[in-house]
Amino acid sequence: MEAKQRVLSSVNLELTETWWMAFKDKIGRSWYRFRRNPISLTGASMVLLVILLATLAPYITPYPEAAGGFTDFPNAFQPPGKAHWFGTDAIGRDLFTRVLFGYRISLMLAVVVLSISVPFGVILGLTAGYFGGKIETVIMRITDVFLALPPLVMALAICASFTPTIEVAMLAVASIWWTWHCRLVDSIARSVKTEEFVQASQVIGDNHFRILFKDILPNCASAVIVKITLDAGFVILVGAGLSFLGLGVQPPKPGLGTMISYGSMYLPEKWWMTVFPSFAIFFLILGFNLLGDGLRDMLDVEAGGS
Amino acid sequence: MEDRHILDIQDLHVYFRVYEGVSYVLDGIYLHIARGERVGLVGETGCGKTVTMKTVMGMLKSPPAIIRYDKVSLDGQDILKMSPKELLRVKGTKISMIFQDPMNALNPVFTVGEQLYDVIRFAQKRLDNEKNPSQKEIHDRGIAILKEVRLPDPERIMGNYPLELSGGMRQRVLIAMALVNEPSFLIADEPGTALDVTIQDQILNLLKELVENRGISVLLISHNLGVVRETTERAYIMYAGQIVETAPVDLLFENPVHPYTQGLLASVPSLTGGEIAEGIPGMVPDYTVAPSGCRFHPRCTHSMSICSEKKPSLTMIEPDHYVACYLYTEQKEQNE
Amino acid sequence: MNEPILVVENLVKYFPIRGGLFHHQIGEVKAVDDISFNIKSDEIFGLVGESGSGKSTIGKTLVRIYKPTSGNIRFKGKDVFHIAEKELFFFKKEVQMVFQDPKSSLNPRRSIKSTLEDPLIVHKLAQNGHSRKKTIKDLLQMVELSSNYMYKYPSELSGGQRQRIAIARALAVKPSFIVLDEPTSALDVSVQAKIIRLLQRLQSELQLSYLFISHDLSLMRTVASRIAVMYLGRIYELAPTEELFRNPLHPYTRTLISAVPVVSEKEQQVKPTKQSKEGEIPSPANPPSGCAFHSRCSLADQICSEQLPELVEVIQGHFVRCHHVSLNIASAKL
Repeated sequence: MEAKQRVLSSVNLELTETWWMAFKDKIGRSWYRFRRNPISLTGASMVLLVILLATLAPYITPYPEAAGGFTDFPNAFQPPGKAHWFGTDAIGRDLFTRVLFGYRISLMLAVVVLSISVPFGVILGLTAGYFGGKIETVIMRITDVFLALPPLVMALAICASFTPTIEVAMLAVASIWWTWHCRLVDSIARSVKTEEFVQASQVIGDNHFRILFKDILPNCASAVIVKITLDAGFVILVGAGLSFLGLGVQPPKPGLGTMISYGSMYLPEKWWMTVFPSFAIFFLILGFNLLGDGLRDMLDVEAGGS
Repeated sequence: MEDRHILDIQDLHVYFRVYEGVSYVLDGIYLHIARGERVGLVGETGCGKTVTMKTVMGMLKSPPAIIRYDKVSLDGQDILKMSPKELLRVKGTKISMIFQDPMNALNPVFTVGEQLYDVIRFAQKRLDNEKNPSQKEIHDRGIAILKEVRLPDPERIMGNYPLELSGGMRQRVLIAMALVNEPSFLIADEPGTALDVTIQDQILNLLKELVENRGISVLLISHNLGVVRETTERAYIMYAGQIVETAPVDLLFENPVHPYTQGLLASVPSLTGGEIAEGIPGMVPDYTVAPSGCRFHPRCTHSMSICSEKKPSLTMIEPDHYVACYLYTEQKEQNE
Repeated sequence: MNEPILVVENLVKYFPIRGGLFHHQIGEVKAVDDISFNIKSDEIFGLVGESGSGKSTIGKTLVRIYKPTSGNIRFKGKDVFHIAEKELFFFKKEVQMVFQDPKSSLNPRRSIKSTLEDPLIVHKLAQNGHSRKKTIKDLLQMVELSSNYMYKYPSELSGGQRQRIAIARALAVKPSFIVLDEPTSALDVSVQAKIIRLLQRLQSELQLSYLFISHDLSLMRTVASRIAVMYLGRIYELAPTEELFRNPLHPYTRTLISAVPVVSEKEQQVKPTKQSKEGEIPSPANPPSGCAFHSRCSLADQICSEQLPELVEVIQGHFVRCHHVSLNIASAKL
């Protein structure tokens, strides 16, 4: 029913006279759909909140020096209170500050890993899906090999072989992450290439590159965007896991996983040292997941038009 | 007092909330079907016939739909006031439906037999029969109905999956599933549209025969005027959520009086050749800003000022032939 | 100028059916099985048939979406499948296609402008963005759409409007031949009338030739000047339109015409007697032997299941593939 209504009510022609007006109209409609979905709104707010806190961390935290190798032994092991909202850690650093700075590291991890792995995976997937045949077989078999390796274990191995810093951990995760996107895009490309509009482009005389980037890629875009949002959470989780095991963020840097690792030694009396960083990770990942779900609903509707 | 109509819709209005505001889809629909009558509902895409059908089946979720009406009764009972439980008893037993696309209407992972059994078994459950029919009874009923829809080798078909059957055979299975519980009212949504012409011909003839033999009342929804003429006795022409004309089919198609009906018939390519008309100028309206009065007036070559002010009601111009158009109401008033 | 612009000779297209453990070929769909016909320039040639007839396959093979299994197609004298890279480009400017389903033939992710720009960019038909925009506006006008549709997306348009865009896209390269594959089947009747008249107008104004593919015989009568009736990959009757309807000879043609649901008594009167039995259309993966229609034909004889009849010119310009018809006409002539 919705589809027909949209089709019939589209033609307020004055509204789309120029590119800019058409763009505004499109954004308006997307936003309408987005804000009607409480899940995506919640997720978006959560993620935005974290991004805001992380960006402003150096300016809004009460004890910015706590983000580094600062010591204040008299203040160590303070439970949550007025002076320290999340309490202090084993050497007296304010946990609230460290958590916020920890968010900076987590977000950066997600950005770096995804900006390396996604383009690589998408391009490989497009090539495999569109050209098919031997090219696809070769690419997909390589992908299969990588997929068989669990990301955490693989990252562990790479990190352990080289110096275990956060940079190495990020590269390790990125080196396997592209496979998921490759597989996703390959399967979408395979079905899109049989669509009539691709045949129409071939009849017009488009070359392969043009078809790949103008016809096929845009149809993969919504799935990839949703996956990126859901990936962000998972990448952060992997990073935290690595840090927890000592192979990611090294002290004194405030990695959330590292904090949990050190804090776990003092459970259950000094619970705040584990609970707050854990909750921080949980909050961020949940936000990404909700956002991803909401985006999927919104983008699916747009693509099908129904 | 028993309702002589199996379906009686009076002054049905349906609205939906959408991005642009409120979409006012049905603007006062009147439709009735006598017992045993085959009635067609003709209209093009977006005219509201699907919404009408969903209303009759109790399938509209409200919200987002807002429904106002004088009467929407099935066999004397108000459908829209029925509880979900009552509705469930009625669907599949009293009122049955044949869907448009036989490819999609059957579940591909179950065999024909399994789906047919389900239909029979659930109907029995809903009617709260004390005796639960035995497996053998169900099987026999299934075979019997498959024979009636003229499927060759019904035993084998029972074991087939839908994908193993051709389009025509699937449509026959759908008809079997719709008729096996002996409904008194059948809704056929664009039957045969997805089929080849020679197969459609066979299916429509079959449907007509089965329905006539059993005295089932039929609401046949279609945008294909030829199908409506050859399969139904009386038809309603619908445009943009309003009923514009209704008459027995022979009368309606030989002597259409509403400008929309005339435009529509002129647009149909004729088997005897000749040019098609220019079509009807303009487009189906946007239901969030629907034209006032008669919704066809912006596209009508005969429109007058009153057409945009007030919606014309269905008036009789000859026995059984009603039209909602001021061209005829005025004449009628002049004659009186 | 009566030299045919398109010559199809013994065209065959089989599609392999793969199955089994090793994805090997276990059968063939004989979609097109030895088809020959000509189309003159400035002509609308109709190809009519039901599912499995192969009519769509012919259309798509003509524009090189499929490669033929055997046989050849010559456009303006040149072989369509054995041409150099450079000439291929030329071919794509001359021969275009309008697909059946406007929902799937336009990329839902591309704006109308982007879709219409494509042929202009690929064939370098405009120098810069500005002249491209102007050309697009002209194209939209040609298909009777306002230029404000440029920035819209297909999901915002109705079926008729989308089909107009598909037509505009085909016209963008200024072709001389267009394959129209059921261009109005997905449209409402009043919209169909407008699109058909648009297509007729364009054909006469731009002197185009059309291969018009449809299952709708009434539409064919209005539009086409010559019609070929196809069944399971072969042509069973071919004649000028008026002759075909006045004097349908093949039992399948007669069945097809009589099955059309009509709106008037006048049309009902002109329907010929159906010469077929109730039955399904066989699959082109497993066609009946001899004359493919014999399984449904009320005139069928032993010879019909054994031997495929030849396509014979029984009256001038009127070809039929049927043992009985050929016999009857031959005996009538004696």
